[in-house]
Order: sequence, then C-alpha cells, then structure tokens
Amino acid sequence: MATKKFIYLNRRSSFGTVYAIESLEVVLIAAAFEQDVSLAFIDDGVYQIVEGQNADGIGMKNFSKTFHALGDYDINKLYVSAESLEERGLSADDLMPLVYEDEDDDWVEKPSIKVVSNVKLSKIMSEQDVCLSF
Amino acid sequence: MKISIQINEGPYQHQASDTAYQFAKAAIKKGHEIFRVFFYHDGVNNASRFTLPPQDDRNVVNQWAKLGIKNVDGEPELVVCIAAALRRGMLDESEASKNGIDANNIHPAFRISGLGQLIEAGIQSDRLVVFGD
Repeated sequence: MATKKFIYLNRRSSFGTVYAIESLEVVLIAAAFEQDVSLAFIDDGVYQIVEGQNADGIGMKNFSKTFHALGDYDINKLYVSAESLEERGLSADDLMPLVYEDEDDDWVEKPSIKVVSNVKLSKIMSEQDVCLSF
Repeated sequence: MKISIQINEGPYQHQASDTAYQFAKAAIKKGHEIFRVFFYHDGVNNASRFTLPPQDDRNVVNQWAKLGIKNVDGEPELVVCIAAALRRGMLDESEASKNGIDANNIHPAFRISGLGQLIEAGIQSDRLVVFGD
C-alpha cells in the first residue's frame, strides 16, 4: 500500500466536544496503516496536551495519558502552534513531556513535541498529502 | 479524479452534510469518482432511515441514498463509523441482534464499518475533503 503523509489538525480542547478524543481514535487506527503521520495542535487544541489533566469532576474519561503511547506507534511529529500557546498564557513547559525512542540513534529518547510558528506550521501542512481536521 | 469525503456533523443542525452532498453531486456531474463518503462524530446521524423532515424540506438522508455511491461489488460506499454510531444509538441489523436490541435504524444505502475505512480512503483517493466545523 502506498505511503502518504497524513496530518491531523487538533483545534479543540480535550473536553466540551467529542472532536479531541475521536481524533485520537483515528490517529491510533492510522498507526496500523504504516503511513507518515504528523499531529498539529492549534487554537484550543493546545489544551489537549497540557500536563496534569484531571477529568474526575466531570464524569469524563481522562484520555490525555493515551498521548504517551503515540511514540510506541512511531508517531513522533507533534507540532504545537507557538502563537496558540502564547495567546492562552501557556508555554512549552506546561505541556506533557511526550517522547519517543529513535531507532536510528541507538534508541535514544527524544522529545516528540516541537513548538513552531504558524508560518512554519502552514509550510508543514502544505507538504502533506492528507489533512484531517478535528 | 478520485475523491473521498468525510462528514463530521449531523443533519439539520449543521449544513456540512448538505454542502458535502452538493459537492459530491457536482463532482460526479463533472466526471469525477466519489470513492467513499465517511460519516464520523455526529455525522453518523445522516444515516438514520427514520429521518422524517417536513414535506417542504429536503430529506438529507434520502438525498445521500439516492446518490447511490457504491463500489464495483455493489456495496454502499456511504460508510458510517461503527464506534461513533453505536455510542449514538445508530445500529444496523447485525449490530442490533449482536447487542440484543429490537430495532435498527441504518438506511440500507449506508453501511457500518471501522475507522480504517477512513484512512484507506485517504490513501486510495487523490483528495480527501472534510466537511464540518
């Protein structure tokens, strides 16, 4: 099967609507298809990967831990909009320390998250074959 | 061109399904192929055969059904995400009997399947167009 470049745009926060969790479900299924996968977190989507989420009080499943599994599925390109973070008073230090083991570099643990400008992000998006927006 | 469509919103609440339908119809008229339409999130509600709009309004479900998007084996390529459908009470005959429920509501022009069908549509098609907010 052909390999294409897929990017998943996550634009909404973890809770409030179903888009965040159902986007993650697609990403996990996509992992089995051995495609080139990137994730982008823009607008309120940056809240999805904020460290220390707790959904106990609202009766929802805290699925943020699932992001830690992405590295094991070779999904290690997570781009975060610098502008979206800043607009919300957040910085890279507020995000979960998501990592992967680089098989080409003696399995050294490396960060999966890259904070990039919107200009850079639009360039990354333009290089993709398939863009799924959630 | 081979085109697939993803619809993320339900009928009547949101125009996504209407616009996607107009897009699909226009694309077919222009000689393009609609490989698959994938219904996700509340979009699964576009497949309910119990949909009864007033007589002076369009019937979103029947519009899709009439478009009759099928593959070479004659199976419908209007595909409803199984996980999204089941949690919203959208069942076909097989899922209803498997879960001991006495009714089913998926229109026969649609079929239930997994998210892999969305990824496959992205791989196989020249374009995947997403409709929704």
